Amino acid sequence: MRRQIFPFLFLIPSLFLLVIFVLFPVVNTVYISFLNQEGKFVGFDNYAKVFSDKSFWNPKNLIEGKPPPYGALIHNGIWIMIHLPLSVFFGLLLAVLLRDVKGGAIIKSAVFLGVVIPMIVGGVLLRFIYEDDAGIVNAFLRVIGLGHLARTWTAFPDTILLSLILGSVWIWTGFSMIVYSAGLEGIPTELFESAKIDGASRWRTFWRITVPMLKPATIVVVTMTLLWELKIFDIVWVIQQGGPLEGSMVMAVIMYLQAFVYRPTNFHVASAIATLLTVMTFGFAAYLVNRMVKS
Amino acid sequence: MSRLNIVKRLKKVKKFTILVHVIAFAVSLVWIIPFFGVFMASIRPLPEILDGWWNFEVFNPTLRGYIEAWNHPSAPLSRALLNSLLVTIPSTFTPIFIAALGAYSFARFKFPTRDILFLVIVLLQTIPQQMVIIPIFNTMIRIGLWNNYIGLILVHTAFALPWQILFLRNFFSVLPVEVEEAARIDGASYLKIFYKIVLPLTLPALASLTALQFVWVWNDFFFATVLILPTPESRLATQAIPAMLGRLQPDWTVVSAASIIVMLIPIAIYVALQRYYVRGIVAGAVKG
Repeated sequence: MRRQIFPFLFLIPSLFLLVIFVLFPVVNTVYISFLNQEGKFVGFDNYAKVFSDKSFWNPKNLIEGKPPPYGALIHNGIWIMIHLPLSVFFGLLLAVLLRDVKGGAIIKSAVFLGVVIPMIVGGVLLRFIYEDDAGIVNAFLRVIGLGHLARTWTAFPDTILLSLILGSVWIWTGFSMIVYSAGLEGIPTELFESAKIDGASRWRTFWRITVPMLKPATIVVVTMTLLWELKIFDIVWVIQQGGPLEGSMVMAVIMYLQAFVYRPTNFHVASAIATLLTVMTFGFAAYLVNRMVKS
Repeated sequence: MSRLNIVKRLKKVKKFTILVHVIAFAVSLVWIIPFFGVFMASIRPLPEILDGWWNFEVFNPTLRGYIEAWNHPSAPLSRALLNSLLVTIPSTFTPIFIAALGAYSFARFKFPTRDILFLVIVLLQTIPQQMVIIPIFNTMIRIGLWNNYIGLILVHTAFALPWQILFLRNFFSVLPVEVEEAARIDGASYLKIFYKIVLPLTLPALASLTALQFVWVWNDFFFATVLILPTPESRLATQAIPAMLGRLQPDWTVVSAASIIVMLIPIAIYVALQRYYVRGIVAGAVKG
């Protein structure tokens, strides 16, 4: 009997905090997303409101082939389509290349700094490199003869989204690089040696041995990166709060604006957005956690 | 193999090595430049920055940025750093002890509902902050802990528990149980065994948790911005930076200096505990 009660005693502090600050809020958020401001049950009305709001869903410009804004949902989607392949590719490239470079460990630490610094500071760094005269991006464009394009890249609705997405590759690549580096260390060196003896080219060795052996690392990198992209908030907020003209609006920002900035605030619509965001992340997340538990 | 072949092979290897080094050098340059730029901006007057920090015809280094950021009228870093430490230190150590107890229970005891309970807790780590913030905001107002660091610390503690319990349970599972069983036979209580035998063996894992959680809490902006009123006295470090940036032409000297100061703390933690930090990031991960 004692053995049965005892383990629960150890768990009480954890369960207490988790129920109050995580479990109950999750259930409560879902619940209030089905209520209106007067507290009446309105079914999916708030969700319908979310999708009729141009700052969340606005595919018109996209269909007509015009530049953003396209609304937060599409912006997050574009973020994933551009940022995911780039940061996975660069992370793998750096992990493989820097293994054979003298001082590679130091370079890796420098690249990884993007993940260590506050995202708020990361946003400041991005805004700074994209400034008109003070920014290094425009200086570079002038050097390669594209000076006529120079502008404050984060100040226009049609350029801010792509600027932030590319900048966020700079911030996040360190993550995939570090996970891939650890994955590479786990590959038995005999595999590479026997490939060499068999006369396999570098290219072939990379595709036939390195990439397949890194599959577990790739799964982690892809899911964690997807979650990061869906929840992106700080860098967007610190630069333009989703603007200008909603050109950099993303789901987490519109949720925050609805709940705490717009007057009157609307917890119910904000909860609907949060619930949508969570549903989108949950599939990827559950898959990853399932793998982690099995280990 | 003929002599010629060997020379050819060597040449080929060399070419490849040079290429790799050139790419590595270029990439590291791209990654370092923004940091270097913000550092140069932090020690130069505004007109020189607007001229491009990479121009050095005129170069009058100044500490004005650091001094003004430190004593900023609406967001003094002197105060914001202290506030951030007041939140971060307890938010780092409290969850570790609570999670360690819970994880130990999951790793060492069999009890009904154990596996389902564990799965639920672990799944909670995937919940986005946006999903809990409104009810938490309401609760904090009701219990009088809104705009109170204790409230923020509680939230950070709760949010850290799922991944820390998972991390520590995996660590405990591979520790040998024989020592604990021997102590048990000698009449030591479970709590004593836990604190005297298990925790010391767990030090590397605790170092990983400390490094990650400290940096995570220090860097957090979302919880802080909802739960702490942005006044000069109560702002945290991450809240101070947007306040200095403003919407129009920022004073880049001051903003850059503030950015340097605020990011130095997580960077210091990372450098000091690098091995544990990286292990923590990949542990739950690559093992999978």
